[in-house]
Amino acid sequence: MSASDNMIPAPAVRSKPLIIRHLPYFLGAAVLVALAASMQFDGYVLNILLQATTFSIAVFGLSVVLGLCGQINLAQAAFFGFGAYAVGLGTADLHLNFWLCLVGGCVIALIAGAFLGMSTLRLGGHYLAMVTISFQQIVTLVMINAIGVTHGPDGVANIRRPELFQSSQSYLAFCVAMLAIVGYLVWHLPDTKLGRAMRAVRDNELAAGVNGIDVFRTKVSAFAVCAALGGLAGGLFAGGFAYVSPDQFSFAESIQFLTMSLLGGVASPIGSAIGTGLLILIPEWLRFLKSVPGLYLAIYGLSVILIIRFMPDGIWGFVSDAFTRWRAHTGAPPVAGALQLKPATTGGDIVLEVTGLSKHFGGLKAVDGVDIAVKRGSVHALIGPNGSGKTTTLNVLSGLYKATSGKIVLDGTDITSMAPHQRTAAGLGRTFQNIRLFRSMTALENVEIGAERPGNTMIGKGDDALTERAMEALTFVGLGNRANELISSFSYGHQRLIEIARALASNPTLLLLDEPAAGLNSTEKLELHELLKRIAAQGLTILIIDHDMTLVSEAAQHITVLNFGRRIADGESMAVLRHPDVVSAYLGSE
Amino acid sequence: MDLVLQLLFTGIGIGAVYALVALGFVLIFRATNVVNFAQGEFSMVAAYLMVVCVELGLPYWLSFVIALAGMALLGVIFNLGVYYPLRHRTYLPVIIATIGASILLSNSVLAIYGPQPQVLQGWFETPGIQLGPVYLDSQYLLIIGVTILLVLFNFWFFEKTLLGKKLQATSQDKEMASLLGISVSTMIMITFIYSAVLGGLAGILVAPVLFVSIQMGSTIALKAFAATIIGGFGDVAGAIVGGLALGVIETFGAAYISVPYKDGFAFLVLIAFLVFRPQGIFGERVAEKA
Repeated sequence: MSASDNMIPAPAVRSKPLIIRHLPYFLGAAVLVALAASMQFDGYVLNILLQATTFSIAVFGLSVVLGLCGQINLAQAAFFGFGAYAVGLGTADLHLNFWLCLVGGCVIALIAGAFLGMSTLRLGGHYLAMVTISFQQIVTLVMINAIGVTHGPDGVANIRRPELFQSSQSYLAFCVAMLAIVGYLVWHLPDTKLGRAMRAVRDNELAAGVNGIDVFRTKVSAFAVCAALGGLAGGLFAGGFAYVSPDQFSFAESIQFLTMSLLGGVASPIGSAIGTGLLILIPEWLRFLKSVPGLYLAIYGLSVILIIRFMPDGIWGFVSDAFTRWRAHTGAPPVAGALQLKPATTGGDIVLEVTGLSKHFGGLKAVDGVDIAVKRGSVHALIGPNGSGKTTTLNVLSGLYKATSGKIVLDGTDITSMAPHQRTAAGLGRTFQNIRLFRSMTALENVEIGAERPGNTMIGKGDDALTERAMEALTFVGLGNRANELISSFSYGHQRLIEIARALASNPTLLLLDEPAAGLNSTEKLELHELLKRIAAQGLTILIIDHDMTLVSEAAQHITVLNFGRRIADGESMAVLRHPDVVSAYLGSE
Repeated sequence: MDLVLQLLFTGIGIGAVYALVALGFVLIFRATNVVNFAQGEFSMVAAYLMVVCVELGLPYWLSFVIALAGMALLGVIFNLGVYYPLRHRTYLPVIIATIGASILLSNSVLAIYGPQPQVLQGWFETPGIQLGPVYLDSQYLLIIGVTILLVLFNFWFFEKTLLGKKLQATSQDKEMASLLGISVSTMIMITFIYSAVLGGLAGILVAPVLFVSIQMGSTIALKAFAATIIGGFGDVAGAIVGGLALGVIETFGAAYISVPYKDGFAFLVLIAFLVFRPQGIFGERVAEKA
C-alpha cells in the first residue's frame, strides 16, 4: 500500500514504485488546486464549486460502502450533518479551533457509523436500508427539536473558517486539495488488502468468509469509512457556507447523494465526482423546475429507477468497463515460478480429528455422531449417497454451519466454535460444489484474496509478493497465462481450477474439496486427477468429497462413508469399497 | 388506569394499520425475496385518491372502490416497471429501484397536490361510543375490525384455496413451481396487486385519524418495517403482532415520555431488537446454504 512496501525488488512484477506510477495524478491535482487558488470566480460560481467539491467527498464515501462493499447507506446526509454541526456549533457557539472541530466531526460520524453498522451488518441488506432510513429520520428529528443545542429550524450561523484560509478563494483551493487527497485514497483503496476484502464481500460473502476474510468487520469498516468521509465533507461544507440548517441534512439529501453516486458510477471516485458535478449543475441550469415543490425529487426517483435498469455501472462505469476489457486482453501477465506448498506441521500425525460431530436441523439429524481422522499428507475421501450428510459435514467443518455437538481439531487447534474466517486463518482451505468465485474480479485478484489469508507464511511483505504467490498458484493449475481475465470469460472447468488455485495460494494445512469433479467432462476429470496428485506430492493433506468412484478410489488412500448422517464404514480405500454396508448403501441390498 | 385503557385502545388501533402495511411487506418479501421500500407510498397514494374522489362529490363507498382499484393498477405498474425488469439481479439493485419508486411516488403527489396536508372524513357519522371509562373512536374500531377480518381472510386464502397454495409454492421455490406448471410471473403479479391493495386499504383507513400528507407513506412504512423485524422477518403472524406491539409502545411513549420524538420510539425498539434478538419474536428463516 505504501511506497516502502514496493521497494522490495520483485522479479517481473510491477517494477515502478507506486509514487512514480501515480505521479500524473498528483500533478493534475496540483494544477487543479493552483487553478482554484488563482482564478477569479464570482460569488455564485464559487459557491457552486464549493458545493460540488464538498458533496463529492461525501459521495466518495458511498462509492466505498456501496460500490466497493455492496452495502447500502441511506443516511449519508445525516453523517454529513454530524460534520457540519460539529464545525458549526464548535466554531460559532463554543469558539473552538476549526481543525479540532473538523476532526471531531469526522470522529463522531465514524463512531456513529460504526455503531450503526455493528447493530445491523450481521443481518441482510434490507435491514441496513431500513435502519439507515430510520437513523436519518431520527437525526433530522433531533436537529429540529433539540433547540437548546442545535438552534432547531433556525440553524447555525456565523460559522468560522481556519485562519489560514479566510478568503473564499483560498478555502476553495483547500477543499479541492482535500478532494484530491481523499479521491486518491478512495481510488487506490480497491488494490489494498481492505479494499480487496470489501470487493470479495460484495461479490460473495460466503466465499469471502472461507477465504479468511472477516466479513462483518470488513462491512463495518466500509460503513465507518463512508460515515467518516460524510463527516469530513460536512465539516468542510459548514466552513465554506458559514451557515447550516436541518433541511440541508434531510432524507431528501441522502437520496440526492445516492443518485449522484449511481449516476456517475458507484464503483469509482471519478464516477462519484462526475455524478455530483452533474446533479449540482443540471438543477442550476433548469432553475425554473424548482418552482414546483417535489418535482426535482420526483425526477431523481425516476432517474434512480432508470439508471439501475439501463446503466447499472453509471456513466464512468460504462466508459471504464470498455477500457478494462480492452486492457485485460492485451496486458500480458507476469511469468511466475513454481508454487511451493509448505503445510504447517505443528500438531501430531492426525491433521484433522473430528469426534462425535452432529448437525441437527430441527428434528432432522443431517449429521449424527460422525468421527473422522485425517492423516497428515494423505488424500482422504468422504463419500456417501445423496443426502447422506457429506456437504453438511463439510459446511460444519468450514464453519458455515454451527455444530450441534462434537469437536473439530485442526492441527492441534480446537476450531469447533470458530467463525469461518478464523478457521481459514488456522489453516483450512476449501472449494465449493457450486463454484463461488468473486465474479467482478480477475482470476489473479481472486487468487490474491486467497493468498492474503491471515497466517500465510508463504508470502513476503507487499503487493508484489502477493501477486507473485497468486501467479504461482494460477500457473500451478495451468491458467497462469490468463491471469488478468475476468472470471466470466472462463469455462466451468477452469473456474473450478481457479477456486482450487485460490485455496492453494493460501498455503493451507488441510484442503477441503467439495465435489471437485462435478460437472467436469472426462478430459477435465483426468486433468483434475493429475492436479490432485501434484498437490499431494507436495505433502498437502486433502479431504475430498465426490461421487466419482474412479477418482475417489484412485486418488484417496483412506475413505470414510456416510449414510443417513452416520458413519457406516471407514478405512483403507479398497477394503471400504468392498464393505457390504457400502455396497448396499450405493446399490441397494439384494 | 382509565388513561391506560384509553391509550391501549388507541395504540392497538394505530398498530393495526402498521400490521396491515407490514403484511404487505411480508407478502412481497416472501414471493420475491425483495423488500419493497415503496410499500408505504401505496398507503399515501390511496389516501390521496380517496381525498380526490370525495372532493369530486362521489359517495364514500364509490370513492373507496375507485381508490382500491387504482391501487391494484398501481401494483401492476409497479411490478412491470420496477420489479420485473430487475428480477434476475441481486437484491441490492431491486432495493435501490424500490427506493427510487418511493421517492418518485411521494414527490409526484407533492408536485401535483402541493404540500398542504388534507383532511379525510371518517366512514361513520357517529364519532364514537363511550364504553365505561374508555372512549372508542369509531374509525379506530373500524380499523381493528377490518384488520381482524383481513387476517382471517389471509389465513383462509393462503391455506385453503388453490391460488393461495400456488402463491405459497412460488414463494418457497420459484423453479420448482414453474416446473409444476405454475406461472411464476402471474403469481408475482398477483402478490404485488394484493399487497398494493392491502397497503392502500391501510392508508384509507388511517387517513381520517392522521392527516393525509406526503410524509404519511414513509412514516407508516418505517413503522411497518420495524414491526416486521420485531415480529420476525418474513413471518405473517410476526408482522401482525409486531405491528400491534409497536402501535402500543409508540402511543404510550408519546403520552408518558415525549410527543416530538414520538416517531423515534419505533427506531429505538428496532435497534434494541437488532442488537438483542435480531431474529424477532417468531424468528427469521435460515440463512443461505453453501
